[in-house]
Order: sequence, then C-alpha cells, then structure tokens
Amino acid sequence: MPIDILMPALSPTMEEGKLAKWLKAEGDTISAGDVIAEIETDKATMEVEAVDEGVLGKILVAEGTEAVKVNEKIAILLAEGEDKSALDGAASAPAAAPAAAAPAPAEAKAAPVPAAPAAAETPAESDYPAGTPMKSSTVREALRDAMAEEMRRDGDVFVMGEEVAEYQGAYKITQGLLDEFGARRVIDTPITEHGFAGLGVGAAMAGLKPIVEFMTFNFAMQAIDQIINSAAKTLYMSGGQLGAPIVFRGPNGAAARVGAQHSQDYASWYAHVPGLKVIQPYSAADAKGLLKAAIRDPNPIVFLENEILYGQTFEIPDVEDFVLPIGKAKVERTGSQVTLVSWGIGMTYTLKAADELAAMGISAEVINLRTIRPLDIDTVIKSVQKTGRLVTIEEAFPMCSVSSEIAYQVQEKAFDFLDAPILRVTGKDVPMPYAANLEKLALPNVGEVIDAVKAVTYTA
Amino acid sequence: MAAATKTTAGSGATSASRTRGAAKSAAQAIVEFDKDQELHAYREMLLIRRFEEKAGQLYGMGLIGGFCHLYIGQEAVVVGMQMAKKDGDQMITGYRDHGHMLVMGLDPKGVMAELTGRRGGLSKGKGGSMHMFSKEQHFYGGHGIVGAQVSLGTGLGFANMYRSNGNVAMAFFGDGASNQGQVYESFNMAQLWKIPVVYVIENNKYGMGTSVARSSATTDLSQRGASFGIPGEQVDGMDVRAVMAASERALEHCRTGQGPYILEMVTYRYRGHSMSDPAKYRSKEEVQKMRTEHDPIEQVRKRVLDAGWATEDDLKQIDKDVRAIVAEAAEFAQTDPEPDVSELYTDILL
Repeated sequence: MPIDILMPALSPTMEEGKLAKWLKAEGDTISAGDVIAEIETDKATMEVEAVDEGVLGKILVAEGTEAVKVNEKIAILLAEGEDKSALDGAASAPAAAPAAAAPAPAEAKAAPVPAAPAAAETPAESDYPAGTPMKSSTVREALRDAMAEEMRRDGDVFVMGEEVAEYQGAYKITQGLLDEFGARRVIDTPITEHGFAGLGVGAAMAGLKPIVEFMTFNFAMQAIDQIINSAAKTLYMSGGQLGAPIVFRGPNGAAARVGAQHSQDYASWYAHVPGLKVIQPYSAADAKGLLKAAIRDPNPIVFLENEILYGQTFEIPDVEDFVLPIGKAKVERTGSQVTLVSWGIGMTYTLKAADELAAMGISAEVINLRTIRPLDIDTVIKSVQKTGRLVTIEEAFPMCSVSSEIAYQVQEKAFDFLDAPILRVTGKDVPMPYAANLEKLALPNVGEVIDAVKAVTYTA
Repeated sequence: MAAATKTTAGSGATSASRTRGAAKSAAQAIVEFDKDQELHAYREMLLIRRFEEKAGQLYGMGLIGGFCHLYIGQEAVVVGMQMAKKDGDQMITGYRDHGHMLVMGLDPKGVMAELTGRRGGLSKGKGGSMHMFSKEQHFYGGHGIVGAQVSLGTGLGFANMYRSNGNVAMAFFGDGASNQGQVYESFNMAQLWKIPVVYVIENNKYGMGTSVARSSATTDLSQRGASFGIPGEQVDGMDVRAVMAASERALEHCRTGQGPYILEMVTYRYRGHSMSDPAKYRSKEEVQKMRTEHDPIEQVRKRVLDAGWATEDDLKQIDKDVRAIVAEAAEFAQTDPEPDVSELYTDILL
C-alpha cells in the first residue's frame, strides 16, 4: 500500500507553507530520517524528514509551490516491492490520516454569508488621506519595520530579548535587525526575564530607549515586578524627575494548542496599573503605527501582540513615517443598531460577525480599541449613544477583564442611552485546555458574537 | 582583616573556596588617609549620623510615617565609596537609602522634607523614605522591592557601556537581597557582557530579623559571584579607609572594561531594621560591642586626634556645623506645607 507524504505542520500556528525544494527525486530510495524536502513557513525554512522507508513514487506538489496547506498530500512513497502501478489506486484514495485540520480560528458554524453589503465594508475612519499609496504587509513585517525605522531614527533605541539577534527572533519579528544594527543594539539575552526586564528599566532610567521583547508575555510574569514596581511607578515616586522610556513587547494571549501556561491574555493585568500605557494592535497598520509611537513615547509601554496575527496580511499606507496616536480607538465600520468593541485578535471574530450580521440585516458599528490604557471611552460612548447597545469581544478571561471595565464605564456615562444590558464575549473562565475541541470551546467564536448581538437587539 | 569581619556569623572567610579577589583583600595593608581625607570622611559620616538620629526623632514624634530605615552604623560604606568614585558614576540602592542620598549631594532639606511628606521633598512628598532620585547627582533611588535595584543598577551600567562614557554604576544591596534570584540573573549578564557595575553588598548581618547564618547556605557573600567568574572581596565596612581602597580597586576594574566586581562590606546597623523593629533577635551586648569597638566615626575621630590634625574643639565645631544643617533640614521638613492636592494626579505619565 503506498504511503502518502503530507505537508507537515512545523509550528503551532502554521496553516500553510511553501514547498521550497525537493531534495529527493522520483525513483530515489528513501530511508527513515532522510531529509526529503525543505519547507518555508513564515518564520523559518525547515527540513522535512522521511518517517517511512521506500521509494519516492510520485511528487504531487512541485518545488516552489506557495501556500501548500498543512496535511495536503505532497508525495507518495512506494513500499518495498511495490511498483508504479500501485500509484493509480493511491492517488485517488483518501489521505491515510486526515489529521485534525490546522487550527482555524473560530470558523463559525453559522451558515456561509453572501458577500457583505457595501455598508458593512465601508471603513468609517481612515488613518491616512484618500489616495495614499498602499502596500501589503504582514503584522510580522510591520512590527519589524517599525523597530527598524525607529532604530535608524534614534541611536538610543535598542532591542533585547531571547533569540532576537542571531536566531532572528523566536517568531521572526526581529528578522534582519542584527545585520543592519549590529550586536551592540540587537542583543540576545540569556533566559532570564526578571533580570533583563530590570536591566532594561535601569537602562531606560539612564536615558536609553530599550525595546524589551518577551518570547511571550506568559514569561513576563517572571518580570512583572520590574514592569510594575520599577517601570510604571518611578515617575510618580520621583515627583516627575525620573521615568522609564521603555517598550515591553511580544506575543500575548492564546496561540494554538500550547496549553494553559502559554495562552493567557494579560491586557487587563497591565491595564490595571497607573503609569503604564497598554497597546493591543490588530492589523498591520495598527502594529506599525502604534509600535513606532510606543518607541517614541517617554513612558513605559506594554505592547501586546498576537502570534496568530503575525502571519496575517493587511494593506498598510506606503508612506515615509506612519505613526498612529496612542489612546485613540478606530471606528472600523459604521453601523446603527449595535456597537461591537474589540481589540487585538478579538477583531477577527468581530469583523466576521459584523459581516454575517449585515447579511442578516443587523447594522453593527465596529470599534477597534487599539489602546487599552489610556482607554478611549469617548469613542465607545459616542457610538453607544447612537446604537443603544453594546457587545464587547475579547479572548481574555471574563473576571476583571477589559470588557468588565468598558461595561462599567458605559453604564456610568451612558446609562440613559442603553436599550439592553451590555454583553461581553470572552474566553471561558478556565485555564486553556490542550485538546483541540476543548481549546476551541474555551475561546470565543463568531457564533457567540452573533448570539450576543441577537440578545441585545432582541432578534430571534 | 579587621575585627568586624571576623564577627560574621559565617566563618566562610577562612574557607578554601575564597578566590583571588578576596585573598587579595585580606593581604591589603590599610592605606592611611591624609588629613583632608580624614576630616572629610569624619564630617560626611557625622552628617549622616546626625541626620538619621534626627529622622528617628521625627519618626518618634509622628512626623514621619510608614517605613523608615536608618543607616546608623553603616556610614563608612557610602562615604568610602563616595571618596573613591568619579563624577558621573551612578549609585542605586534599596530602602536604607538616606546615607546614599546625602553623600551623592542631595539636599538634606529635600531629603528630610520627603521623609515628612512635604511639597519641598525631593519627590514632592510622593515618594517617601524609600523613593528619592536625582538624575543630576547620578542617584537612581531608593527602591522598596528587595533586590530590584540590582537588576536596575546593572541596567545603569549597561547604559554606560552602550554609551562608552567611562562611568561605573554602583548597585548597593544587603545581605538579605543577596539571596534574591534576580541578583544572580544580573551577575550572569553583567559578567557575560562585561558591564561596568560594582555590586556592593552591605552585609549588616541581619536581613530584617534573620541573621546571615540562618538565611544563607554560604555566608562569604563576596564569593556569590564565583560561579560567574566575578571577583569579589570582603571589606571591613566599618573602616572608611578600607572601604575607599577597595572601592578604588573595584571601580578601576570596571572602568577598564573587565566587567563587574563584588564588594562585600561587612558592617553593622545599630538600630532595628526599621523604626518599628525592636531588634530582639540580637543581644544588647552585641550592639554595644560594635558601637564601642568598631564605630566608623569614632575610629576616624581617634586617628585625627592622635595625629594632631584637629583638636577636640575643632571636632566639636564640625559637629556643630553638621547639627546646624540637620536642624535646618528638620525645621524645613516640619514647616513646609504638604503637597497641593492637585499633585495627586500629576507625574503619572509624561
């Protein structure tokens, strides 16, 4: 029976990759452990090793093919004694092991939606004048470009963290920075979060402008004393004399299948603390414009990225110096019947839900918060005054969440405008499970957003 | 080595594990001070002592709130280091910080007014005893989390290295902090990258109420950098001359690009850990013995009189001058108004 060779998943978040090179040809004998191909993910080029022995019967995906989905058949291996005639049966047979599909964030069970009406597609606000040239950029590239531009602009800016230099970044966010700026300004640290966070704050107190990368914010719990007690509070404790111009950045929240200790969203933790600014970008434009602003800001900033968003592509303005204001939300879509407030990866559910709601005839206004602290509650209030209904969407735990704070402030400031209770769609109140089905349940999804909107709009 | 060192609870000082740094120290002969140095040290140490005595008094009167950690007994450490440092070298320390502020040239009035929480305090009354700073005087606090200043101080040294400015950071911490994890994270990075930072362990023998022997598996704290290859020496922290000589060696080591250096200053605090600590974990005799036999100020006083560099009257005059400075500071700290209520919401962000 011929064996299918499938496109492997080479990272927790990989959904597709490029088949860069075949190292074996059809007819070659293969032993287990042989490197048969090279595959490029958005993070790295990886070698694929054969698991089984046999003869490479047929290559199904030519080298150089982009966007090969995980688990797609890429070749067929003939077992000992089989000849090419066995291929005929195999090619049409179902894949031997239709393993769980790569995690696709919250694909709704809801019915497919026709192309959303024009109204829902109209961006309500733009960060740049009409006619600005645009280009495609992943969030990953946007973050890298933001750092590179600011490092060119200011010699006091440097980046430090685990694997940021020679490895080119654990998630390849710092790719190329070592080559351009050298080891003095792109610094590989030991695995010592508490220590290098403190070292960074000390350097910032001395006037440098460090960018401290945490491989994930889950590891920043080791360092949280320095972020809060040293970075956030010193300006106040010194009567305004001594601050810490520093950016703590890295992926935050759930990635895919990495379990409870690597999946937490810390937005509300940091947003709790006066003296910090907390940013949680969604798009590549958010990422670039806000990271540049964060690096220039004289205050300590917690910049919460998301691993799943890193590889996503967005249009961003192709201009010299694209900087966005910190503390200003963006109305992504205008609408009249309900306000949806989200930020970071929550926006992916929110925008899909808005599309589906539009198809159902419900007009949703979508606000991308962008900054968590300072919170642009005015933009939210203005919208709620128009729609009378509010649903917040985030991946974090519900207790003492950012959603809780928004709900509190809205009832305080716009009580008379509310036509329904405020609902929040959040991650479930459980440590993140590993099993694929449970993980999916633990995270919010588009269906939950739609259900919440139906509830607040009293729609059946 | 001085008697003070020999009284350490841990007799690690004689163990075979000591490396060259410490051995070098033991062999160092005392470098005598000249007249100016002796009188300078005398005056500076006396200022700290009188200041702290006054702070204790104001605390007792209810004018200083919260925590207040006095430096009495340890004066030679900061004064000796101040005499060895160059302009531009930074200091950072923990919560027992008034002495460091005074030697770094922070205004005694501003320090005392901060203790009383007044608007003329160095942090406008918003920091308190543990939180004062002066960028101009290269003093970076004043930190209330035990051990945090060690990573921060390493960052100050990192900035010196980044800028190649030739300055050295001095990060002070106690025997208690020397068991915090981030201290060793900092040691590792400092030696790995050859950061110019002197780690000054002020071993006053008790982390709050717990003696070094009861808290530390190895009690020769000067060797705590051994696994990173950081040289360290134990210094008689009650003898300002020994402190200055060791500090010069340490600062030179750092300034010449050889990386960090550890100085364990073996010293003693006469008062409790804080004002509310009755210090029942040690005997009155132990304290009395240190005061009478090893007092850093009395040692200088005796040498100055023996050498004929000053008379009793001259020294009385110095005391009088110092007391006037402290009295003025105390007066200011009691009459200066509290911060304007509008200050509640300022200085949170720039």
